Amino acid sequence: MSEPMTLDNSFQQAEKGTSLWQDAWIRLRKNKLALFGLGVIVFLCVIALLTPFIAPYGYEEQDLVLGASPPSAAHWLGTDIFGRDMLTRIMYGSRVSLMVGFIATGVALIIGVLWGTIAGYTGGRVDAVMMRLVDILYALPFMIFIILLMVIFGRNILLLFLAIGAVEWLTMARIVRGQVLSLRRQEFIEAAVSLGLSRWTIIHRHLIPNTLGPVIVYTTLTIPSVMLLEAFLSFLGLGIQPPQSSWGLLISYGVETMEEYPWLLIFPGLALSITLFALNFLGDGLRDALDVRSSKD
Amino acid sequence: MFRFILSRLLQAIPVLLVVITATFFLVRAAPGGPFSAEKAVPPEVIKALEAQYKLDQPVWQQYISYLGDLVQGNFGPSFRYPGRTVDELIYGGLPITAELALYAMLVAIIIGVSAGVFAALKPNTPQDYVPMSAAMIGICMPSFLMGPLLVLVFGIWLEWLPVSGWGDLPGDKLLPAITLGTGYAAFLARLSRGGMLEVMSQDYIRTARAKGLPEWVVVLKHGLRGGLIPVVAFLGPAFAGLLSGSFVVETIFQIPGLGRFYVQAAFNRDYTMILGTTVFFATLIILFNLLSDIIAVWINPKLRHQVQGGS
Repeated sequence: MSEPMTLDNSFQQAEKGTSLWQDAWIRLRKNKLALFGLGVIVFLCVIALLTPFIAPYGYEEQDLVLGASPPSAAHWLGTDIFGRDMLTRIMYGSRVSLMVGFIATGVALIIGVLWGTIAGYTGGRVDAVMMRLVDILYALPFMIFIILLMVIFGRNILLLFLAIGAVEWLTMARIVRGQVLSLRRQEFIEAAVSLGLSRWTIIHRHLIPNTLGPVIVYTTLTIPSVMLLEAFLSFLGLGIQPPQSSWGLLISYGVETMEEYPWLLIFPGLALSITLFALNFLGDGLRDALDVRSSKD
Repeated sequence: MFRFILSRLLQAIPVLLVVITATFFLVRAAPGGPFSAEKAVPPEVIKALEAQYKLDQPVWQQYISYLGDLVQGNFGPSFRYPGRTVDELIYGGLPITAELALYAMLVAIIIGVSAGVFAALKPNTPQDYVPMSAAMIGICMPSFLMGPLLVLVFGIWLEWLPVSGWGDLPGDKLLPAITLGTGYAAFLARLSRGGMLEVMSQDYIRTARAKGLPEWVVVLKHGLRGGLIPVVAFLGPAFAGLLSGSFVVETIFQIPGLGRFYVQAAFNRDYTMILGTTVFFATLIILFNLLSDIIAVWINPKLRHQVQGGS
């Protein structure tokens, strides 16, 4: 039995299909810039997670005698006016910046996907009311509202997550609703309905997994805009507060002393820019790989 | 067309009302009165101040009278700058911010659109990659980083341009306008490249070429009109972004515009000022979104037919 198997022609081989995800991965692998972006992000996440163990100096460790010194062998990225190691501060800052990016995007993701799916699947008047609400919220000048919230309720990191997440879910809801509208008329949903599955089962078992492509792409592109928002607020002094530190805060300190100690501005700036770069390249690459038509709404 | 504009205007009213109401009650819910930071003030003085600012009335009455004042274009007195009203501060800062936003928009449109169109003419060649990579850098370089770096290089190291101010020294408007405009230039470059790529593959472009028209006429006359539709649709939201961008740029360059007032009011907890400017910004942003929607319909025949057919 084993003899003729090796002589089999290709038609009789066990069929090994390429799933959507494998296909996307193959396409993504060809995109060098996107892979570079992915590499940078993974590297940064590992560094951020391991910071307490691998940081060259302690977070609050000062060397007042040394003061601000340019990059050297002992301090690769120099020190600030209190003699604190810049590399260490940027590493700790990455934890806050990345955490804001991921958590706030997560908030937006959950609200947006649920909202869009329910609106799209229920349809009719419910859909009309839910999407009208999204339209109204869209028209609100949110940046100003976030500043207002931070001023009134204090500069609280939890509030920052919620406020940013509350802004970013709108586009997600629109994208998901559009997907669900086109999916729900397809046969496999009809089949699920005729099998007597509950509405909730259909939504989370059949609808949401099929909207993943555009959702992943949009999520990857939301993370950099959220990080930018956090840095913007921290720069104005309305976001992360000391003793915590984020890249936006480091940049705003750097600006104050850039004339004498330019490295205090340049290095945190580089860290933020490279991260935003990497995330945008990855997002663009994923969009091409998953073949999602780019559209603004 | 008229009905479309009218219906969009009517839709803007509830949005505005939501903004005003939400802002009003948020500001009123803020912990600590506007005078609580001050030194010990005799209770009679506080009473008199509260009466002057109508804080002794119930909240709903304050809300109604605030709405009434707003309709008359009256934003109320400032808590921090006694004797000055929020209107004065707004109208003093508005021309400066408007001028800054205008220059920034010009920078963005001139650089962004030409780079995008230029890149779209030869897609996937160095002529495409170079401007588009530059655009990516522009997008990833936030204004609060770009501004200080420009100041550092051109203001401090090279000493070519002034580092701050507005209209005091020759050339001091250049760096703020570039700082604010670059991010949008990058975004517009991507939008106009996408738009042009889609349009240039259409049949009517082939027809224009077949007629023997020179390439620049094909691109500028036939291509641009369709290719710039996404750009026009983006101008409304971009305006909102320019306003919040002005917070940073005016702070960095010490420009006495609205954005700087707003950030200062936020720090000083000048509640009437925050309330007034928020309502003012919101109105502006909603109006500009409306305007860009209308222009988008007006220049795009496809949408125009939809609007006329649908209503």
